[in-house]
Formats: sequence, C-alpha cells, structure tokens
Amino acid sequence: MSDAIPLDLDFATGDRARSVTTERRPVRIALILIAVAFLTLFLLLPLFAVFLEAVRAGFGSYWSAISEPDAIAAMKLTLMVAAIAVPANLIFGLAASWAIAKFEFPGKSVLNTLIDLPFSVSPVISGLVYVLLFGLQGYFGPYLQSHGIQIIFAVPGIVLATIFVTFPFVARELVPLMQEQGTQDEEAALSLGASGLKTFFLVTLPNVKWALLYGVILCNARAMGEFGAVSVVSGHIRGKTNTMPLQVEILYNEYNFAAAFAVASLLALLALVTLVIKVALEWRFTDQIAASRRH
Amino acid sequence: MAGGHGLALKRPSAIPGFGLALGFTLTYLSLIVLIPLAALMFKTASLGFSGFWEIVTAPRTLAALRVSFVISFIAASINVVFGVIVAWVLIRYRFPGRRLLDAFVDLPFALPTAVAGIALTAIYARNGWLGALLDPFGIKIAYTPWGIGVALVFIGLPFVVRTVQPVLEDFEREIEEAAASLGASRRQTVFRVMLPALMPAILTGFALAFARAVGEYGSVIFIAGNIPFVSEIAPLLIVIRLEEFNYAQATAIAAAMLMIAFTVIFLINLIQAWQRRRFAP
Repeated sequence: MSDAIPLDLDFATGDRARSVTTERRPVRIALILIAVAFLTLFLLLPLFAVFLEAVRAGFGSYWSAISEPDAIAAMKLTLMVAAIAVPANLIFGLAASWAIAKFEFPGKSVLNTLIDLPFSVSPVISGLVYVLLFGLQGYFGPYLQSHGIQIIFAVPGIVLATIFVTFPFVARELVPLMQEQGTQDEEAALSLGASGLKTFFLVTLPNVKWALLYGVILCNARAMGEFGAVSVVSGHIRGKTNTMPLQVEILYNEYNFAAAFAVASLLALLALVTLVIKVALEWRFTDQIAASRRH
Repeated sequence: MAGGHGLALKRPSAIPGFGLALGFTLTYLSLIVLIPLAALMFKTASLGFSGFWEIVTAPRTLAALRVSFVISFIAASINVVFGVIVAWVLIRYRFPGRRLLDAFVDLPFALPTAVAGIALTAIYARNGWLGALLDPFGIKIAYTPWGIGVALVFIGLPFVVRTVQPVLEDFEREIEEAAASLGASRRQTVFRVMLPALMPAILTGFALAFARAVGEYGSVIFIAGNIPFVSEIAPLLIVIRLEEFNYAQATAIAAAMLMIAFTVIFLINLIQAWQRRRFAP
C-alpha cells in the first residue's frame, strides 16, 4: 500500500512522479476515470435512486408507508428471522471452527468445502429443497400435515431457508483465523489448570471476537435481505409470512412505487450501516480479521 | 461419521471438546444442508433419466437455461474487465475518495437483491433516469435481456475486485523493475508479466461472479420483463413450476442448473491449476 505512486495533481510538475513501475500520467487518469465512472454508474446511482424515489412523494407518505401495519409486521418478522438464524449460524460457526482449527482429523478439507456449499446454490434452489422435504407433496409433508405442523408457507420455513443461505458466513471468517492462531494459547491455559469451557470463553473467544463480529454483521445483512429463498417458502401472506424484501416486491407489483421504495430505503440503510461497521472493523482490526481480504 | 467415532480417528490432543464440536458441526450441516440437497438429488433420480431429459430439453426450459448461462457469462466477463481496472486503480493509485470508493465495492454484498432490482429498474426503465436518455436512440434496457445483464453485472461486481486486490497488493515491485530493466515497455510488463500472474485470481473472481449470476433471482426479476423464451431466467422458471405445484419440473431444472454450474466451476478450476503450474514462481 505504502509504495503506491501518488497521483500527481500538481500539473506544473508534469510526469515527475513517473517511474518504471507505474503507467504514464494520462493512462493513470484515464483508468481512474473509468473506475470511478463504472462504480458510480453501477453502485452509487442505484443506491441514490432508492433514497430519492422513497422520499419523492413527500415525507408524509414516506412515514405512512413505513408505519402501516403490514410494513410493521414485515419488519417484525424480518427481525425475528434474523434473531434466530444469526445465533444459530454463530453457534455452528464456533463449533465448526473449533473442530477444524484445533484438531487434525481425516476428511477435514471435505468438511471445509461442504460448509461453503450453500454459497454455490441458487437462493431459489435453497428454498426449493425445503419445499421438497416439508411441502404438501414433499417427503415429510403428509406426516407433518397429519400432525398439524406447518413449515412451508409459514415462519419455520422462512427461518430454515434463511439459515441455509447464511450458513457459511460466520464459519468462513473464523476457520482460517483460528487455524492461523493455532493451539498454543489454549494449551497454555489448560496446562495452567483452566477448564475446557473457561479456556474457550476466556482465551479462544477473545482471540477471535472481531472476526466473529465481522461474520455476524455480514450474516445479519444477508439474513435480513434474503429474497429468493424466502420467496419460495413464504407463501406471501400479508402481515404473516412477508419479510421486508417480500413486502417491497408486493408493493412494487401493486404499482405502489413510493411505498415500495420507502420500505426498500430501510433495507438500503441497513446495508449502509453494515458497510460502515465492516469497513471500520477492517481498518481498525485488519490483523485480527484474517479472512477480511478473502471474499 | 459421528463425533464418538471421530475420537478414534483424530490425532491425540490436549484440547477438549472435539467430539462435541465435530458432532454438532456434522449434525447441523446434515440437517440444514446435506439432507435437503440429498432430497433434491433423490427427487431428480426418481424422475428417471428419460423423465429428467424430457423436462430439461423442453424448449422453454432450454431457453431459460440459455438465457441464464449466456447472460451470466457475458456479465462475468464485463466484471473481469472493469473489476481488474477497479482493483488496479484502488491498489496502485492515490486519489481523493479512493477509500470511500473501495468501501462501496462491497455494496452488492450488503444491499438486498430486491432493493437492487427495483433501483436498477427505476434507473433503466423508459421513464427512468438513464432509460429516458437512451430511449430516443431506441436503446431499451429494462424489460429486455440487457436489463438482466445490468443486474448481473451489479451483483457480480465485488467478486473480481476482491479476489484480484490482495494478489495485486502482494505483487512484488522487483518483478516489474526487472521487466523494465530488461527493456520491456510498461505495456509489455503489464500484459506479458503482470496479467498472467494475476490470471488465477482473475479466473477465481470470474468463476465466483458467474456462479452467483447464474443463481441470481431477486435483482433480475424486476428488471427482466420475464418474457418466456426471451428474458426468462432459469431460477424464475423454477419458481413458476413450484407455483404450479409441479415439483418434478422444478426439481429437474434445479438439478440441471446445479450440474451445469458445477461443471463450469470444475473446468475453471482445471484451467486455474494449469495456470498455476505454468506461472509458478
């Protein structure tokens, strides 16, 4: 980073800063302009559009759009689903990284690959697999129906689909970091008489806390924003099985654009907060978030 | 392999909790990921090969698969070109706003896809900000396959940038100096020395962006227009079949998508391995 060539903004000095390891000044400026234009067009403009469209009809209608009962119900459901899915995947991430990073056993790399599997499955397919298991015509559908349990087109299905799509987030941050840290700290604590649990909570957990938070933040953003998988299992019952992204779709398809963008703006705000926390963690604790550069 | 058996397989260690941690990991992985995916394979197998083949080669299915894979390929290629430029600029140059721009690269990871979808549609629709500018020239983006491309470029953008960035950052200046001192022009150094070395990272980024694009649903359906045979993507066709309670067709299309996607990623891995051998330091 430190040896990068500064873009010489002082025109009088001309090509003074040029060396053999950088491009000519006009090339540098052209490349910067291309990159800035591309990112503006594809990233900043859509983000800007969300907020502008949301308030275009005035703040009064913005407020009524985000405070009407269906919108509130959607927010509550979204928060609830994330409140189950994120801790579940957090506990899994801790267990998986403990097993993978602190022990040697056959099949470890296979396990590592399997953990990342949900990332290569389409969100729609992530929902579909649960419909195949628990839907009315699914493998366990008739059994569940005869016992009055509903998973698909109900909240449990939404939770399951969300857990599936956010499955790897915490584990993939923790595994490489804990592998890098090795087992010396834990062995020292244990040899000094600490119990296993005490070692875990007082030695291991503090060692990985920032990477843990990093994974949780990303997991939460995806859990609250997931659309495809949740859409397949939700059934779109207003006020009951509609999460915020699904509410955006319903409003949009009803040509209620102002309300759709109003709810969308809350999700965009969540994305911005996520990015701010993520960047803050990366800048402040780079060395303690091993996986931060590896997406 | 349950936790209890694992104890016998692992190397001796002073650290406790192996059985519990691995047992929980394998149980949770099986319940959430492996058994549901096995259900998909089981259901596909129950269709029989001819049943599967009949669904997958139906004209509408083939058209949807072609739309998904072809446009994803184009979008991932566009991401390679601009992703490498963005990574290069962010790592190599200093200019005002660089760190802010760097942070924003991850926006597609954080922004819910449905939000991205309606935002891009608002921009590229005929009465939208950019759509209105392009309309007089007869260029339509929203509700055409071009719209799908725009959405897929958006969601794939961070992958190439984030895989190329760390490799470029670690690239040794001495190698560039050596190339220059041996008489290479800057252009030759970049295209003959640096880009080949970055190639494995670029291919990884391409594969990730491509895989993500093929499965993408949320951002695409708003902007695509969703016209069968023209702008209907495979994930949407799965949803349509599910809404008709046609599980067999939905499953077969899903299985075909997964098979093609895994094959493509496998091929890219092979190319990467070959690249690494060829350009190994």
